[in-house]
Amino acid sequence: MAVVALDGVVKEFTVARRAGRFRRERSVVRAVDEVSLSIEAGEMVGYIGPNGAGKSTTVKLCTGVLVPTAGRVAVVGADPTRSRTDVVRRIGVVFGQRTQLWWDLPLRDSFDLLRHVYGVHADRHRTNVDAFVDLLDLAGFLDTPVRQLSLGQRMRGELAAALLHDPEILFLDEPTIGLDVVSKEAVRSFLVALNRERGMTVLLTTHDLVDVERLCTRLLIIDHGRLLEDTTVAGIKQRYGGERVLVVDLEEPHPPLEVPGAHVVRTDGPRQWLRFSPDRTAADVLARVAAQAPVRDISVEETPIEDIVRRIYEEGPR
Amino acid sequence: MADPDRTGSHGWRGELGVYRRLVGARIRSDWQYRASFVLLLVSQVLVAGLDLAVIAVLFGRVDALAGWTALEVALLYGLGGVAFAVADVFASQAELAGRHIKAGTFDRFLLRPLSPLLQLSAGEFALRRAGRVVQPGVVLAVALAGTDIDWTPDRVAMVPVALASGTVVFGTVWVLTSSVAFWTVETQEFGNAFTYGGNHLTQYPIDVLGPWLRRLVTFVVPLAFVAYFPAAYLLDKPDPLGAPSEAALLTPAVSLALALAARAVWSNAVRHYRSTGS
Amino acid sequence: MTAYRGATAAGVFTNTVFGFLLVYVLLAVYRERDEVGGFDVVDAVTFTFVAQALIMVVGLFGDSEMAERIRTGDVVADLFRPVDLQLWWAAVAYGKAGFYALFRGIPPFLIGVAVFEVRMPPAGAWPWFVASVLAAVAVAFGWRFLLALSAFWLLDDRGASSLGLLVAVFMSGLFVPVVFFPGWLESLARALPFASMLQVPVEVFLGKHRGADVHRVVAVQCAWALVLAGAGRSVLSRAVRRVVVHGG
Repeated sequence: MAVVALDGVVKEFTVARRAGRFRRERSVVRAVDEVSLSIEAGEMVGYIGPNGAGKSTTVKLCTGVLVPTAGRVAVVGADPTRSRTDVVRRIGVVFGQRTQLWWDLPLRDSFDLLRHVYGVHADRHRTNVDAFVDLLDLAGFLDTPVRQLSLGQRMRGELAAALLHDPEILFLDEPTIGLDVVSKEAVRSFLVALNRERGMTVLLTTHDLVDVERLCTRLLIIDHGRLLEDTTVAGIKQRYGGERVLVVDLEEPHPPLEVPGAHVVRTDGPRQWLRFSPDRTAADVLARVAAQAPVRDISVEETPIEDIVRRIYEEGPR
Repeated sequence: MADPDRTGSHGWRGELGVYRRLVGARIRSDWQYRASFVLLLVSQVLVAGLDLAVIAVLFGRVDALAGWTALEVALLYGLGGVAFAVADVFASQAELAGRHIKAGTFDRFLLRPLSPLLQLSAGEFALRRAGRVVQPGVVLAVALAGTDIDWTPDRVAMVPVALASGTVVFGTVWVLTSSVAFWTVETQEFGNAFTYGGNHLTQYPIDVLGPWLRRLVTFVVPLAFVAYFPAAYLLDKPDPLGAPSEAALLTPAVSLALALAARAVWSNAVRHYRSTGS
Repeated sequence: MTAYRGATAAGVFTNTVFGFLLVYVLLAVYRERDEVGGFDVVDAVTFTFVAQALIMVVGLFGDSEMAERIRTGDVVADLFRPVDLQLWWAAVAYGKAGFYALFRGIPPFLIGVAVFEVRMPPAGAWPWFVASVLAAVAVAFGWRFLLALSAFWLLDDRGASSLGLLVAVFMSGLFVPVVFFPGWLESLARALPFASMLQVPVEVFLGKHRGADVHRVVAVQCAWALVLAGAGRSVLSRAVRRVVVHGG
């Protein structure tokens, strides 16, 4: 059974704008426009789109904060509209921009309070706290009031807090926003481990495409409330990847190699960059290069996913 | 999907336990700002004193108001004041719903498996408001001792019943007027007319009000049941407009009806919020 | 400003409700006697509605914007601007006074006029009434400013402000006209700046002060305004010095 299932979900908002000095005009905005998707247990799904695309709205619909205008939402087999507390008890949510911790109290107190809020047995709770303190390296600031924590520390605390009650799925809304590189890495490795070792289902919205690349097996792209793409990262690259670059380190400097379907865009001593089109494989180009000169080392550069996604936003799905 | 490691849904006793812990958390948070806490506590006590000072000033000039003597008015003040103070401690937090909605922090309540009203009440709990009970409590004690009450068993029972019901009435008025915040965020002040105005109103015999206002206060927003009818019952004071003294016995029923209405309106308000976002 | 339509309407409602409640209690008092402290029943009713109208105009309940800025420390940025802080907030106070006079003051008063018998000012009293209100704004501002400045020392001015405003509000006659107070309390209220914030302008409206008397009371208001402004200035400079020394 799918952990998350959206079926023809629509979410409309009525927006009032000032038209002239005293009148107000109402218009209806479709933040989510007939989105259908399903997420199975153990998947790690990235949900991306430009600002205002409807990502946060979708997460809010899944977590019961908003109710849909039309369509059905089922999370962990229940309807968050009707059975809010049942659903919320079994999911974990982290909103990157809003804290769910108790601001003036030590982090440890937040964990303790959450045990009571979610009704977790003391032993289970202790086990979880110990595990996450270890995995997220929280020991150093467990007794610090949350308001004094750095953003990176706080985010790690929020992640632990969201998992203490053994949720069946974790929703993350922009979890790495504003973090420094080290903290981002810590969060990412943690999420990878969580998914791999505990089979945690994760739905993650983000603007950081490195997050997507590192974490997600599946990618959902949304814009103007419509789901544009439901595919894998590799699939996206394959379809939109366009040209790639094979970087070869030759045994010794060589004049620019001649390979059909590829051309050298740059040389630097024994190293040459060959750009080749999608109808060629890297292996094929390599074979032809090796036929001309001995190769010591190689690497392949993909079109960065930022470029791909930007093109999808601009051009629409292909 | 039974999970032996989870205790499952709370039930009302469990919710009360969680409430206690959340309140404790808030008190500990406030204690971080000690100086402010103390000063605000003192000012709370003084605030309650102002209303009393007004009554004292008035009775310095006249001997009775609408046929009620100073001690009798003190009884009204005591009953209403204690009920208001207790409701203030537990239910006034509802008026902060609007602020949370504006700041976008209301969603946090929806993400937890507890009633948002409970979380609001616990999360914004202000222990200092308990200071407001002291003075009306003292006045109530003095009035009960000083007035000429024929202490039959039903009258003895009337005092706690009136206080409990009065607390519920004020609490529900708070929740009802705060529900407005879910539809239009700017009009929180509108609620003050009912809550603080209501408190002020219960300190005087409702005979002072014009006839249609009296009806409003008896049948629509039943503030007359907080102090006036119970006090009239205790003092065996005939009502100038002919209401039977048994009216006071309706007090618990009235407060219960109001509580049910408030619950329905609040639920509706939250549902509206979930439909329209912020 | 029209964005605050809802809030203003709610405020008018609140003022009206409180006005009515106060009036009803006073009417009950006047069932027992004909006059109190020189006020007859019409005076008392008029007093209540004019006072309700003036609450926001004079700014009796404080200006949370100003206090908030000091409390959050944003005020430090203001201190480095070339505008004088005290004058700036005084100007804001007068601006708000004008707005509230139109939108919060007049409606509840009109409602009161419609329902109860109200006394309008005698001829020639209007200009003095306006002068008195303008002075009252200054006096009330001076007091508020001093209370808000306590945040520089106490870090959180809410306790001090709360107390200070409460005392001011009570002693200014909002809940009960000062003439109702027992003799000693009335003298105290008039000796302190509080009566000048509300009681005095309303008395001028009621025509309780004529001729040289009117000049005197308005002069006293102005004197208080100056005294409080002076005190505000010296406390402000001390506060600025403190900020510079302690780093905010």
